[in-house]
Amino acid sequence: MTAQREMITHSANDVSVEVAGVTKHYRTAKSGPVHALDEVSLNLGSGEFVSIVGPSGCGKSTLLMLISGLIPVSSGTIKVGGKPVNGPVDEAGIVFQRDVLLDWRSVLSNVMLPVEIKRLDQKAHLNKATELLHSVGLTGFEEKYPSELSGGMRQRVAICRALVQSPGLLLMDEPFGALDALTREQMNLDLQRMWLRDRNTVLFITHSIEEAIFLSDRVAVMSARPGRIAEVLDIDLGRPRGAQTRSDRKFVEYIDRVRRRFLAQGILSES
Amino acid sequence: MSTASSIDLQPSAGARVWAWFTEQGAALGILLLIFLAWEAATRLLDVPVYILPSPSVIIVKIYADWALLMDNAWASLQEVILGFGLSVVVGIPLAVAIVYSRIFERVAFPLMVSLQTVPKVALAPILVMWFGYGILPKVLVAFLISFFPIVINTVIGMRSVEKEMIYLAESMGAGQLQTFIKIRFPKALPNIFGGLKVGIGQAVIGAIVGEFIAAEKGLGYLQLIAQVRLDTPLLFSSVVILSLMGVILFNIVVWVERMVIPWHRQITERVE
Repeated sequence: MTAQREMITHSANDVSVEVAGVTKHYRTAKSGPVHALDEVSLNLGSGEFVSIVGPSGCGKSTLLMLISGLIPVSSGTIKVGGKPVNGPVDEAGIVFQRDVLLDWRSVLSNVMLPVEIKRLDQKAHLNKATELLHSVGLTGFEEKYPSELSGGMRQRVAICRALVQSPGLLLMDEPFGALDALTREQMNLDLQRMWLRDRNTVLFITHSIEEAIFLSDRVAVMSARPGRIAEVLDIDLGRPRGAQTRSDRKFVEYIDRVRRRFLAQGILSES
Repeated sequence: MSTASSIDLQPSAGARVWAWFTEQGAALGILLLIFLAWEAATRLLDVPVYILPSPSVIIVKIYADWALLMDNAWASLQEVILGFGLSVVVGIPLAVAIVYSRIFERVAFPLMVSLQTVPKVALAPILVMWFGYGILPKVLVAFLISFFPIVINTVIGMRSVEKEMIYLAESMGAGQLQTFIKIRFPKALPNIFGGLKVGIGQAVIGAIVGEFIAAEKGLGYLQLIAQVRLDTPLLFSSVVILSLMGVILFNIVVWVERMVIPWHRQITERVE
């Protein structure tokens, strides 16, 4: 148990992310060229939890895809763990809004998918997978099919799949966007608990100002297209955060500040 | 799901048969009623047998000509299975090629779709002219007619993989082959079986139509003979055997589907 914990914390170390002057243009069949990101710079220290909030289409998902190495930058540089990104980043685990579990695989075998594809040691990771499922309350569901699970449970499985190879970097693209409000709150608490244990670097994309502030060490606020980082807030709230955090005066002030930023940009409008 | 609990949940054989009867009761009842009315009408109105034989006459005929019917059914069955098999063996790889190759997608796919509008049955006389009276033209008609639903469904299934899933596979370092084996192909299986279920029925039609054009054996051929002899009971007997063959073949595909993709059955049952 302890040895495994150490293994987890060890591999979760030293994956910092440096995004320097990144611009992204791409072409779409329908609307022609799109200027998605403009001169974006953002650094994530190792073990840091950083969220990006912004309106739809501001390029926040594009930024995540660029960091994962799945799509190339138009200009600028991205480094993960000190190495320039040039193709899929090995130390990244990704969670999307859709859980995209494989219907024909059991819960456990879904979690083991990255291990299988990367041809890692099955036995060692089987323990890890079981332990992860246990930590999200899915013990006893290992042999169930995804169709037998609720939306929240499915997304937990997707998170376990992203974490099974102990990634130093966890990239989450609106992972709780499709869940109901209560499940979402519970998922926030669970994610925080896992992160406090593993301390991997997390980039978390969300629409929800509240969610971003609740979870993060820092929150980057993005402007509408072409996406730019408008402001980066340090969130000075104690950990672990819980129900009382949400009524904390400072928490409310942070939300207010981000909201006012969106009002100023015209992304939110009161009239 | 543990084996123990699924055994516990299984009702006894008797209970299952009873459940089937109560569930299908209305349909069975109506069917029985139709046959009874048919039987009564032919007897009361004294309908000549060469116009409409009663169900009892047909049953007796099937019993009397069992060997003849089976002999011809076997000939048709071979054509159906070979034609259908050819569709599977050619259709699924072609679908894979269409999904993975731009050339196949741009050239073969539109060509196939436009050829789909040609009534394949109309090609049967041409095939007979080229390949004679043997089994080959029937197999080819069965193949041509069952091929399209299999290809199109396989293509749709393999394209239904979410782009996020493909991204995930890429981020895990999966190559094309791994993505195909572990993701695309299993994802397409429910659609492939959908195509196979349509295809098997089509293959039966294809074989019989082939036999109508020119044959020396088979249930379609037997029907032509019966028609010439005004042997209406034999005509009806052939229809009964043909229908049975279709139902059995369809159910074999369903049974294989359940074996291969048990997870899918669970999803559809949940939806129902």
